[in-house]
Amino acid sequence: MLENLLNIGVRAAFVENMALAYFLGMCSFLAVSKRLETAQGLGLAVIFVLTVTVPLNNLIYQYILAPGALAWLSPAFADVDLRFLRFLAFIGAIAATVQIVEMTLDKYAPKLYAALGVFLPLIAVNCAILGGSLFMVQRDYTFPESIAFGFGAGFGFFLAVVALASIREKLRYSNIPPGLRGLGITFITTGLMAIGFMGFMGIQL
Amino acid sequence: MPKVLSRKERETLLDPLFNNNPIALQVLGICSALAVTVRMDMALIMCLAVTCVMTISNVAVSILRHGIPSHIRVIVQLTIIASLVIITDQVLEAFVYEISQELSVFVGLIITNCIIMGRAEAFAMQNGPVLSALDGFGNALGYSVILMGVAFFRELFGMGTLFNVTVLHTVADGGWYPTNGLMVLAPAAFFIIGFFIWAIREWKPEQVEAE
Repeated sequence: MLENLLNIGVRAAFVENMALAYFLGMCSFLAVSKRLETAQGLGLAVIFVLTVTVPLNNLIYQYILAPGALAWLSPAFADVDLRFLRFLAFIGAIAATVQIVEMTLDKYAPKLYAALGVFLPLIAVNCAILGGSLFMVQRDYTFPESIAFGFGAGFGFFLAVVALASIREKLRYSNIPPGLRGLGITFITTGLMAIGFMGFMGIQL
Repeated sequence: MPKVLSRKERETLLDPLFNNNPIALQVLGICSALAVTVRMDMALIMCLAVTCVMTISNVAVSILRHGIPSHIRVIVQLTIIASLVIITDQVLEAFVYEISQELSVFVGLIITNCIIMGRAEAFAMQNGPVLSALDGFGNALGYSVILMGVAFFRELFGMGTLFNVTVLHTVADGGWYPTNGLMVLAPAAFFIIGFFIWAIREWKPEQVEAE
């Protein structure tokens, strides 16, 4: 049981890395990786939000959206299938969670709030977050599995974005052809990192 | 030939193709784009889906722009886009079931595709419905150009086919072309886009980033 959870977490972080294997969250990934500090801020925020929203959406899916899920309300709903509403329900849950997390942090943990700062609101439209929930549905994760998956995926994103930011800080001192400067070389660097992460393929715990 | 579109309308439509490309210059919408470029037919379906959603959402946001309170505008835009994506998803499942299964979560991820949000926020909130429709369509075209270009190279060199039709006869079928396995994997998409950006910037040097 615990082994299974650990396995899912490690796979989500390394083998099926959100940014490097599925290209999710690329826009903010490229935008914030210019500086190490901002990259850390975004990475932490992603870990946090993924760990909260994936299990939350798992509950929403299991008890409201899945075929026959409404049977606990009344047997008459046993053959209701609300799956087509999942995009709207998930994005709503994510936007609401982000809002609540933002307000709670602002009140009780102002330091963390200041560190995450502008990244929290941006995260509602980060594809890695919605992608996490959609993958959870596609792979039929149970509730504990979805916690492990959410945390693992977030951690993988954190690793990737911090690594890229460190490389880009070094790249500033290199002599790059003008046309490749900035976005172009960042893509190629990310590609090389993706090759590196492919080395984790096949890891089983 | 009579001019159908005024100068401004034409610029709105054609600028995003190369001069202000959403992927290569604005760095938007890369998220759900790269994973679907392994084969050209998948990329084409994705482009069509994005084009429909983007044009209609731009028009809808533009029509409603005076009625949307500014502090909840993101939620309103997300709801409009999400509803359109649900329709698109259902249509794809009904008519091209196999491809919709292969696109898996990436159809849903059109919702958080930053091009659509970005254009709704940056353009449709300030302009009328006709211009917004042109802007949405033009940006979707710019997105499609890059997507189809990447898919062209990945499918041709990765599998020796285009739209599932054999172009290069592969060794596995007794031909002469050994397929390039890297092209099918994730890193190849990054490299190809990187080189695309390089090519565009060599052609249009004003896009080069300052140091």
